[in-house]
Amino acid sequence: MGRRGPLLPDGVIVTLYEYVVDPFAQFAFMRRALAACLALALGCGPIGVFLMLRRMSLMGDALSHALLPGVALGFLWAGFSLPAMTIGGFVAGLGVVLLAGTAARFTLLREDASFASFQLISMALGVLIVSTKGSNVNLMHILFGSVLAVDDQSLLVTAAIASLSLLLMAFLYRPLIMDSFDPGYLQRAHGVSAARWQLLFLAVVAMDLVAGFQSMGALMVVGIMMLPAISARFWAREMWSLMAVGMFLAMLAGFLGLLFSFHHRLPSGPAIILTAGVLHIFSLLFGPLGVVRTRFIRRGPHRRG
Amino acid sequence: MNSAIACDNLTLGYERHPAVHHLSGSFALGSLTAITGPNGAGKSTLLKGILGLLPPLGGRVLLADGLRQQVSYLPQQTELEPDFPISVWDAVLMGHWRRVGAWKTLSGALQQQAVQALRRVGLQGFERRIVGSLSGGQRQRVLFARLLVEDAPLILLDEPFAAVDQRTVNDLLAIVHDWHAQGRTVLAVLHDLEQIRRHFPQTLYLARRALAWGETGQVLTPELIAHGRVMSESWDEGAPYCLMESS
Repeated sequence: MGRRGPLLPDGVIVTLYEYVVDPFAQFAFMRRALAACLALALGCGPIGVFLMLRRMSLMGDALSHALLPGVALGFLWAGFSLPAMTIGGFVAGLGVVLLAGTAARFTLLREDASFASFQLISMALGVLIVSTKGSNVNLMHILFGSVLAVDDQSLLVTAAIASLSLLLMAFLYRPLIMDSFDPGYLQRAHGVSAARWQLLFLAVVAMDLVAGFQSMGALMVVGIMMLPAISARFWAREMWSLMAVGMFLAMLAGFLGLLFSFHHRLPSGPAIILTAGVLHIFSLLFGPLGVVRTRFIRRGPHRRG
Repeated sequence: MNSAIACDNLTLGYERHPAVHHLSGSFALGSLTAITGPNGAGKSTLLKGILGLLPPLGGRVLLADGLRQQVSYLPQQTELEPDFPISVWDAVLMGHWRRVGAWKTLSGALQQQAVQALRRVGLQGFERRIVGSLSGGQRQRVLFARLLVEDAPLILLDEPFAAVDQRTVNDLLAIVHDWHAQGRTVLAVLHDLEQIRRHFPQTLYLARRALAWGETGQVLTPELIAHGRVMSESWDEGAPYCLMESS
């Protein structure tokens, strides 16, 4: 047997270092972008899992559109200031949730139909506001974000919101699980309306979407919330493991996506979400509960019990 | 005899069409009653009315003092979300909500109650299993364990034995008898007349109104069953308004 050499030749290690570590070591904006992505991944992970399990996977999409007029007004009022846009977006999102919920309650409309209509109104209003008062660049910025323009202040806002949303999810965890597994149980068996928990949950969703606005943009932010959470379904069965895998995949997508975006001069938002998309396809095919393992590979002998 | 639930000229329904029509009568405290009748007779609607989930179109339901806040209700199974990854243990612990709410920790004593409930329904050793991976009969056992944990004095069961194997039915019926022996008031919507004759002392035969209500032996007569079978179950869009005075 010959002498055991290093696992990888020196040249490869240097290249790998240059590709993976250097961008973050050299550029502060890349470090900030990475921190923002990791914070978002942690904040959004559990939320995405709940949305998926409650069959509300498209809800995040709708809600992100609903934020637009608020963000646009914040933008008009204070320029490109994250606090103003954050507050505006949160208020608009919450407004649409409340309006749609109320309309569904007092009319024959189901919640999804009611939500769809108000979200569309809200989005059109938002695009109108931005296009009459801002330039095309602004519109593109709001729709697609720019993770590489995250400054210290917006990083703080993003991290604070992500932390707060994690705390709120811990606060909501038990009633939310009960309501998702057996909708109406709290009302029937204990005379407690679940509406307040649902509303608080939607507020947390809106909060996290707003937090991701600056870096990922209105149209992209849902991706980091939903894609990794849905991919987790192919890896895990329990609540805690779904959330853990979801968070991990989201962080991985943020990290790799930023690198692709840096090296190949791609817009960061779509690069991150597409990376999450690639991870999703991979999970769908090769995860323990994915297509290949469950459909194509013959299992060994079956068990006795 | 004290009544647990009193219906006073009660009319329940949807969009002004009655499903339960001018029902008066009462369920005694500690009674074990089967509610039966043809499809569309208003059996499930009556349970929802008693729970207060459906406001009456006319008349009222009165629950004995202290019962209102402590009603256990088992709906028809279709309303569960089968995909949700929750363990048997967690599902059974849901029954403790009234004691722990959203944040309080579950004391050892409360957990012990859940252990006993699981043993009573024959599911010891199933704690870590995901509810969605269980068979229909096992799921029904989980729901009964949760009812045991809830520990309520009034228990409403909506078709608890539909699509459940015979052995599970027997085990769950034993639990129902336990409840009766402990003095709890139990109402169950059922279809199997033989089962009702053998296990339920009281019967309400409902066909929008009460066709018969009382001792099971006197309610389930051949004439009544024949009559129930031909009852109209139609929803008549243009039905005239009921002029019977309300309460």
